[in-house]
Amino acid sequence: MSATYTTTAKLLHWLMAVLLFGLLALGVYMHDLPLSPEKLQLYSWHKWAGVSAFLLVLFRLVWRITHRPPALPANMPPLMQLIAHAGHAALYLLMIAIPLSGWLMSSAKGFQTVWFGVLPIPDLLSKDKELGDALALVHQSLNLLFAITLAGHIGAALKHHFIDKDDILTRMLPKH
Amino acid sequence: MKILKTALATAALLSAFAAQAVEFTQVQADKSTVAFGYQQMGVKMDGKFKKFSAQLAFDPAKATAAKASFDVDLASIDTGGAESDQEVAGKAWFNTKLFPTARFVSSSVKALGGNRYEVTGQLTIKGKTVDVLVPATFTAQGNSASFDGSFSIRRGDFAIGEGSWAKFDIVANDVQIKFHIAASGK
Repeated sequence: MSATYTTTAKLLHWLMAVLLFGLLALGVYMHDLPLSPEKLQLYSWHKWAGVSAFLLVLFRLVWRITHRPPALPANMPPLMQLIAHAGHAALYLLMIAIPLSGWLMSSAKGFQTVWFGVLPIPDLLSKDKELGDALALVHQSLNLLFAITLAGHIGAALKHHFIDKDDILTRMLPKH
Repeated sequence: MKILKTALATAALLSAFAAQAVEFTQVQADKSTVAFGYQQMGVKMDGKFKKFSAQLAFDPAKATAAKASFDVDLASIDTGGAESDQEVAGKAWFNTKLFPTARFVSSSVKALGGNRYEVTGQLTIKGKTVDVLVPATFTAQGNSASFDGSFSIRRGDFAIGEGSWAKFDIVANDVQIKFHIAASGK
């Protein structure tokens, strides 16, 4: 087993970190804007980036399955190891569920997603106001859960680095 | 035998004329629809108007003499969302307080053959009048008939969407109007 991540895995990790933080911030910001051309533009960008993130996470999942990540430190208590694995599983689940909920919400609200304004993503649901509102709540709740899990993810990485003083954080950095 | 054939043919022809001699004058608004479609950053959007009224006088045997006028209550728009319904009723879009209705008045009707017609007329929205060409397909069944068709307008011609909305990069200029008008005759 390799002691470090592949360059591709690192690249995917940091690319998605930037993309997902941007998506989260944009989502929170654009939601409360009054209706304007800017709002419609930001929504479109958010959806384009969301579809891109979804495709990236699928690729990342395949990469993760075919390239096993380095093991957790042997001195980590089994319960902590379990929590770490559960946390990562939750992150992957949410990275898949969140764009799916956004896509379904868009369909139900009658706004088809057209990737980069060019490639129409089929609508799985037909226009339905109540379902649209319900899916908006689902999208929002999943994101809240994602933000909490991310806080745990970052907190844990920092704890490993500054308190446990192991290489959990540094092994995800470019030159390790 | 030949005489009988001729008589039958004449009778058939006459009854066909008789069937077509209905003049359609009553528009059934509850069975009619006025919808629209446009593009928003490459996304096809649609909506409809819930309230409209129409005056009609259409006799397929004298199509060129037909007349039609149409009033659409712009505040009855359904864009699919309360926030956008409110937005398009505002000053930058329809300004429904000052210009509550869109009005179409036909000026001439041309038969294109078959059941197809071409209606020319004037469309007035927000105080601006534009000549439009409306192709329509006519389907009759006894005393009831329907007119179906669609045509394109440019929202810029009517100043629908001013100020920050005036550019067409987010909300496209072309708007397709699609109608289904049910009418009954007398």
